[in-house]
Amino acid sequence: MSNNKFLSVFTNGLVKENPTLRLVLGTCPTLAVTTAAINGIGMGLSATLVLVCSNLVISLLRKVIPDRVRIPAYITIIAGFVTVVQMLVKAFLPSIDKALGIYLPLIVVNCIILARAEMFASKNTPVLSVLDGLGMGIGFTAVLTIMGALRELFGAGTLFSLPITSNFISPMIVFLLPPGGFFVFGMLVAASNAIARKNGKKAVESMGCENCPAKDACGKESCAEEAAEHE
Amino acid sequence: MNSVTAIASILLAAILTNNMVLSKFLGICPFLGVSKKTDTAVSMSIAVILVMVVATAVTWPIYTYLLYPNYTYLETIVFILVIAAIVQLIEIVLKRYIKPVYEALGIYLPLITTNCAVLGITMLNITNELSFVESLFNALGAGLGFLLAMVLFSGIREKMETADIPAFLKGLPITLVAAALVSLSFLGFAGIGA
Repeated sequence: MSNNKFLSVFTNGLVKENPTLRLVLGTCPTLAVTTAAINGIGMGLSATLVLVCSNLVISLLRKVIPDRVRIPAYITIIAGFVTVVQMLVKAFLPSIDKALGIYLPLIVVNCIILARAEMFASKNTPVLSVLDGLGMGIGFTAVLTIMGALRELFGAGTLFSLPITSNFISPMIVFLLPPGGFFVFGMLVAASNAIARKNGKKAVESMGCENCPAKDACGKESCAEEAAEHE
Repeated sequence: MNSVTAIASILLAAILTNNMVLSKFLGICPFLGVSKKTDTAVSMSIAVILVMVVATAVTWPIYTYLLYPNYTYLETIVFILVIAAIVQLIEIVLKRYIKPVYEALGIYLPLITTNCAVLGITMLNITNELSFVESLFNALGAGLGFLLAMVLFSGIREKMETADIPAFLKGLPITLVAAALVSLSFLGFAGIGA
């Protein structure tokens, strides 16, 4: 049983509860940095590192942190790791640092990380939490890379900076611009919904409150209102 | 006169050409989540404007006089904690002194702590090396740009409720495609900056 459980916690984030396509969390970086496949990988791995570390620490401290101040405590822990990652990327991958710009420090408000802290790490053992962080992080990285690859291929005709179609088709620059980001993400969600429906699962209808990490912390009225609308 | 034009151009750029949501992808969650009805979209946006301007007014001096030049690496952690504290403080002050405003905006305030638009704008002000007054107007402009995007988009979504949408696009995908079209129209403003 135990081996199976570890494996299912790990694979959960890859497909079944993919943070980007199924839980629809962390949309800002998903849309903003995916102008090239390599940026998607850079963003995804940075977020994965923060997610694994913060899940581990939060899980270790889950009995120490008082319930009422847990959100500020989580944010402090996450911000600490984001600063570490920021310094690492700046020192060893300056080109990625330049491409990600302000979105690298903004990992701190990436809802995936706070959501996993709140939904998983605060209730589970350190080993499971690390596995969960790893699975979610890899799921996030995979979607970001696919999206970056699609936008790069259509928008610049290259893939990981290697020319693919750029020699004989003039690239559609709009895919690299903001509208292209919204459009490609819309299509990816539509595709993931189609697959989910085929497998008899619920399609993602909206980014409502059910996915919001601040659900319990925020004014419950607005969430209740929102939830009532969906029913 | 010169400074007035400079301020006006910062304001316009923040509202139109560098629109927070549609060209910088900051604050996408509330943009897609809270834009179902126009009146909630407006209340949310006003709360965002308020928090953005106050947060800028507090974080700019902290960075310039305390963190710069030796402790700049603390920017992320200090800013997010300061913003979280400010949001709490604004909530308490509004609750105590301006009850009607609290009743209208109160429920949105906790959501704003983890809104990347607020942290994003305070950091952009530092990255772009704006002066204190410029930063305030940049924050105000960004907030107004958020309001504009929210109002436009909520109008479209209210229309979409009755539209005949292809089955595979129903729900979130069509919302994203609509956002792509709104964002495409904002690209037209890019010429103003040049």
